[in-house]
Amino acid sequence: MKAPQENAPLRSTFPRGPRDEQTTHAILAEGLVKRFGDTTALDGVDLAVRRGTVLGLLGPNGAGKTTAVRILATLLRPDSGRATVGGYDVVHDAHQVRRLIGLTGQYASVDETLTGLENLILIGRLLGLSRPEARGRGRELLAEFRLEDAANKAAKAYSGGMRRRLDLAASLVGRPQVLYLDEPTTGLDPRSRNEMWDIVRDLVSGGVTVLLTTQYLEEADLLAEEIVVIDHGRVIATGTPDELKGRVGAQTLAVRARYPVDTPIVESIVAQVAGRAPEAQGGLLTVPVTDPAVLPAVVRRLEEAEVAIGELALRGSSLDEVFLALTGHRAEDETEDQNQPERILA
Amino acid sequence: MTAAATAATGAAVALPRRVNPVEGLRHTFTLAWRSLVQLKHNPLELLDLSVQPIMFVVLFTYVFGGAISGSTGDYLTFALPGIVVQNALFASVTTGVGLNTDLTKGVFDRLRSLPIARSAPLAGRIIADTVKQAWSIALILGLGVILGFRVHGGVQGVLAAFVLLLVFSLAVSWIAVLVGLLAADPEKVQIFAFVVVFPLTFTSNAFVPADTMPGWLQAWVDVNPVTILADAVRGLLSGGAAATQVGQSLLWAVAIAAVFAPIAVRTFKRRV
Ligand SMILES: Nc1ncnc2c1ncn2[C@@H]1O[C@H](COP(=O)(O)OP(=O)(O)OP(=O)(O)O)[C@@H](O)[C@H]1O
Ligand SMILES: [Mg+2]
Repeated sequence: MKAPQENAPLRSTFPRGPRDEQTTHAILAEGLVKRFGDTTALDGVDLAVRRGTVLGLLGPNGAGKTTAVRILATLLRPDSGRATVGGYDVVHDAHQVRRLIGLTGQYASVDETLTGLENLILIGRLLGLSRPEARGRGRELLAEFRLEDAANKAAKAYSGGMRRRLDLAASLVGRPQVLYLDEPTTGLDPRSRNEMWDIVRDLVSGGVTVLLTTQYLEEADLLAEEIVVIDHGRVIATGTPDELKGRVGAQTLAVRARYPVDTPIVESIVAQVAGRAPEAQGGLLTVPVTDPAVLPAVVRRLEEAEVAIGELALRGSSLDEVFLALTGHRAEDETEDQNQPERILA
Repeated sequence: MTAAATAATGAAVALPRRVNPVEGLRHTFTLAWRSLVQLKHNPLELLDLSVQPIMFVVLFTYVFGGAISGSTGDYLTFALPGIVVQNALFASVTTGVGLNTDLTKGVFDRLRSLPIARSAPLAGRIIADTVKQAWSIALILGLGVILGFRVHGGVQGVLAAFVLLLVFSLAVSWIAVLVGLLAADPEKVQIFAFVVVFPLTFTSNAFVPADTMPGWLQAWVDVNPVTILADAVRGLLSGGAAATQVGQSLLWAVAIAAVFAPIAVRTFKRRV
């Protein structure tokens, strides 16, 4: 009865017409608040994810990303506010919501003593598949995630990347309509990261709605139709990647003069070319830019001025720089005294 | 948005609101299967379940036997029921260790995000642990018989002892569940087991008769539930009078369950 394929026809049974929001949005959240003792993890968060799209929830450590995901996955109750998934309330219709979702948490949640295949069979059986169906689905997913060779190895012998893939496979056994991915690429090497991105794109082209949390602007930019930036449990910016880039600068130009004495000249050249004053940290000048053509332009101007360059780079904006641009303060500003170096993101 | 959401819920004909009981039972057995399959991959746990009891029986019999009872056979007859009881208490704690492992490793979150009966993860685990418990009780009794333990209580006696031990350890496993839900990591649950079970069993008449202990200790030994349970099992296995001790053991089991089950369930629900 729980055969996930049966979820598919459901889509057409949602009310149409006036209840447009419900039909166009797979996830809707309104004013979510969650406190843990004195910590306010979420402080009134609104989210709307259209069906079949990816929403990137972007924020630094402790922003409240995981808390939001856990509420939408029915694992936590919000203190106030409400949320629906596929039209079902995450608190009152939790059971129905669970039939629609797949969750890949921030930390792999596979049973380490079972083999990869057994892990997937377990989930399949719990979702109502017969033994052969569950085994077949498990094998299919293992093949898809390049884990065939490790099918009969205990998951504790898996590498971090393999465990992540198994974890993702486990959340796909029931072919969910809505998938939560909580920092799916944190800690992965570049190759595994690219693979993960491909998988997400595949799923979305298959009609799955994805809510993805990340600390990387680049990742949100690559995958998400819409990005919501949160900090301290509040939404501080919402928009398409292009909109945010327009406001923030997708890339950062970093220049250092070889001789510190030249720094002021470099500073004025960069300011002229980029159209705004750079940030100076030590001798390093950084400025967000929207147009990659500034790089050759700066090089030319520096040459003309006969200034020796010590360092020159155009790189993706870090979340820190996004924050600086969006809020006017660095992400770590308010917690300087709490000695939290992990908040300083590169 | 409230109206819209409610209306959409009206379309819920397609998705049932909750798990039907038959499915819930299937979820429970699937999760029990999972706990038992773990044994296959975690030989250490099987070792815990088998080697530890064997070691206890053999060591106690040959090391203490002569000194305490004059002969290994006599001692075995006295101590085997005590060893069974101690082992059952230790085995009960595994429920808490496993539960805590699931909680700290995130497996529990995965299970909770699935459309399954809320009670299945706990119920499945308890069923699997009862099977493991039965296995180690049978192992100790079987080994005891090989080493010279004489059963005079007949098949009914053995079965009654078996059931009594299972009932008692099921009650104790509620304490383990509670500790498993509250402890920060599985090791802490283990430590709890050692700190509680060792003193409790050694200050009973599980391994030695109480007559040589100081008076104050004897007073405690007499009321220690481990003494009562060990005497009940002795009586049932040897065919002696056991009705009082069996009754008292059951009362203890009921009392433990009555106190700890509701607290454990409430704590569990808060996390589910
Ligand atoms: N169970 C909990 N008990 C107490 N505090 C919590 C709990 N869960 C989260 N918090 C706090 O709530 C805040 C938000 O945490 P959350 O895990 O949602 O952040 P996050 O954005 O996922 O961070 P990260 O990038 O580190 O995963 C943090 O200050 C965190 O310490
Ligand atoms: Mg997180």
